[in-house]
Amino acid sequence: MGHKIIATGRSRTGIPTGRLAVWWVVGSEIVIFGGLIAAYLLNRFLHGSWEVSAAYTNTFIGGANTFWLLTSSYFVVLAHAAAEKRDAKTARKYIWYTIGLGGLFMGFKSYEYATEISHGFTLFTSNFWSFYYTATGLHGFHVLCGMVIMAIIAEKDIKHEQNWHRVENIGIYWHFVDIVWIFLFPLLYIAK
Amino acid sequence: MADTATATAGVDHHDDHGHHESFWSKYCFSTDHKIIGFQYLFTGMAMGLIGGFFSYVFRMHLAFPGSSIPFFGVVSPAAYNSLVTNHGTIMIFWVAMPVLIAALGNFLIPLMIGCDDMVFPKINRLSYQVFLLSAIVLIASFFVPQGGFGGAWTAYPPLSAESQYNGTPFGAPMWLIAVTLEIVAFLLGGINFITTVMNARAKGMKLYDIPMVVWMIVIASILFMASVGPLVAGAVMLLFDQTLGTGFFDPAAGGDPVMWQHLFWFFGHPEVYVVLLPAMGVVIEIICTFSRKKLFGYKMILYSSIGLGILSFFVWAHHQFISGVDPRATYLFTTTTLLISIPVAIMLFAMIGTLWGGSIRFTTPMLFALSFIAEFLIGGVTGIWLGSSGTDIYLHDTYFVLAHFHYTFVPIAIIGTFSAIYYWFPKMFGRHMNEFWGKIHFWGTVIPFNGIFLPLFVLGAAGQHRRIAGYTAYPDLYTENFQDLRVFATGSLIVLILFQIPFFVNFVVSLVRGRKAEANPWKANTLEWVAPSPPPHGNFGDNLPEVYRGPYEFSVEGREKDYWPQNEPETAK
Ligand code: HEM
Ligand SMILES: [Cu+2]
Repeated sequence: MGHKIIATGRSRTGIPTGRLAVWWVVGSEIVIFGGLIAAYLLNRFLHGSWEVSAAYTNTFIGGANTFWLLTSSYFVVLAHAAAEKRDAKTARKYIWYTIGLGGLFMGFKSYEYATEISHGFTLFTSNFWSFYYTATGLHGFHVLCGMVIMAIIAEKDIKHEQNWHRVENIGIYWHFVDIVWIFLFPLLYIAK
Repeated sequence: MADTATATAGVDHHDDHGHHESFWSKYCFSTDHKIIGFQYLFTGMAMGLIGGFFSYVFRMHLAFPGSSIPFFGVVSPAAYNSLVTNHGTIMIFWVAMPVLIAALGNFLIPLMIGCDDMVFPKINRLSYQVFLLSAIVLIASFFVPQGGFGGAWTAYPPLSAESQYNGTPFGAPMWLIAVTLEIVAFLLGGINFITTVMNARAKGMKLYDIPMVVWMIVIASILFMASVGPLVAGAVMLLFDQTLGTGFFDPAAGGDPVMWQHLFWFFGHPEVYVVLLPAMGVVIEIICTFSRKKLFGYKMILYSSIGLGILSFFVWAHHQFISGVDPRATYLFTTTTLLISIPVAIMLFAMIGTLWGGSIRFTTPMLFALSFIAEFLIGGVTGIWLGSSGTDIYLHDTYFVLAHFHYTFVPIAIIGTFSAIYYWFPKMFGRHMNEFWGKIHFWGTVIPFNGIFLPLFVLGAAGQHRRIAGYTAYPDLYTENFQDLRVFATGSLIVLILFQIPFFVNFVVSLVRGRKAEANPWKANTLEWVAPSPPPHGNFGDNLPEVYRGPYEFSVEGREKDYWPQNEPETAK
């Protein structure tokens, strides 16, 4: 008597299970970043001095990084469109473009960290900087994870023309990481 | 061999004959939801022994201060703090959550919705592995230099961040890491539960045909996912405060300790409902089966539990009435807190309404379920005093609070768990537990439980503060009268512990030699009873059940049998 797992292939809602799961991941991540951002806002309102610290963040680099990330979100959309058409070559190309822009983001971020630290603004300088490093660090960690997962999808799945749906799923995650940055950017860089 | 087949291919091929799974692949690295459920169950029970042992040690110390406790020795103040902290942490995160949500959810969800497994079997296995790792980190933290974390399970900074106070350069960060890993494990598990129930229900099972316990576990998982984020963020910050020396919560560095309290309790209060709801679900299933009655107010219970879940996000500051929150805010939080008693009351009344006029069978699981209602009521009613800021300012952090939350947690975690085990044991292992010893265990648990915690209401109202290692330093509170009450509470605990021995013996003996159970020994309607006992890998064989009606069609008029399984076609007599 043979038996195969049927549950994985079922879809009562009509939405593939993988995509549902990614939405739940995003949901629980929203509250994690939400907690961090809420704590930041609380402090920001309580402590006028934080404005002074915020003036030292590098708006130019922050802005450039926003630009890379938004562009990368566009590329991941193109990758998804190609995956829908089962065009492995184009899909892989755009996934790698996305990874590349993620890398650019991380590169700028490292440079930014380095200059800030060399100017004496470290994790311990003040609570503003503690927040700054924690929030952007956690966000950067998410960018890095996304890049690794995308590389695996490109080389393990799309190259062998399987699991096409994973492109869309990682796309949802990537947009989320992007949106978190859209919140962090004005809070940490623009509001002076 | 079979279990390594990739889920990516969507197929997991099994041959029942001619292939042997090794012990490891069958019991340790299985992706079968039932095995994972058992792993959670046994890990949770083992952790319960540790948490219970801790309560024995510090209760003995409170009754006989300064004397050497058998199996432990003399309790130093630092050890006392660490014991209390880890008792609370273990009971909530490593006993109540794994048993009520993970073990029951894993075992019951696919069976009750008529499916062969979870939709992500490998994520499911990963969830248990991360959980096991978290337990190992926590246990290891007791043995590092200076011992385990002693900053209370609420871990209020700045005390929890500074090693000279909690005496733990290693224990505190390890404790935090363990809790964070545990949360990750439950987030992974929750994704599985919710997605499985959304997508993999049996043919014909509409939303209102889902058994209540499944609904409750799903709602609890959503609540957990929606509330735990701020705690994770806070845990990262606290970990930095402890290990790197940042000052997020350190007033001396411009930080804000009350911010931690907000982050913690925004999670902490909903967490009570995260463990409460599955226990309520268990009780509902049992009450319907053993009173042969249709559930009174299915939709009402469902909407109440959703309403309760939503409300639970607006009450957190009732734990902070004396932390300097704005008095105007205390009005708000008192109001929302008292409002929560409405959905809870609706659910309890629905249970009582179900019992009304039923033909009740006092089996062991039913006795536990009934006592859940009675004991939980005491917890709920005393909560009204604590939710009102006026009385809470006096009672805050006394043994009154302690007695109150144990009157909610013990019914949830202990009584709820036992009723579930007695009820589903025949399905889980294909054998019955012994009823006689089950009843002995029941009385031996419920009576001494009241003996432990009723005196603590008195002590708390008299001003005994919790988390104090030695009352000999407070002559007012060390009077004979009070000390007698403490000895009585501790004596009751010893009785309670002794009466757990019949349970464990009964459990093990029944596993091996218990009376064989048929597929549906209780004559219940839900789908898990359609599968053989114990269900094989894949649960229902080649034909998954189809659903024609709700789960509680008992004593339907005009029918010969007093139950009507969900999968029985309309025409069948
Ligand atoms: C039936 C056995 C139990 C006994 C005798 C017991 C006893 C106690 C006592 C005496 C304390 C407070 C000590 C102090 O503050 O000085 C305590 C704390 C606590 N207990 Fe229990 N308990 C039991 C079961 C449970 C269960 C089942 C749960 C939860 C599911 C639980 C959760 C807690 C929590 C959260 C604390 C607070 C810890 C802290 O202050 O950090 N207990 N317990
Ligand atoms: Cu609360």
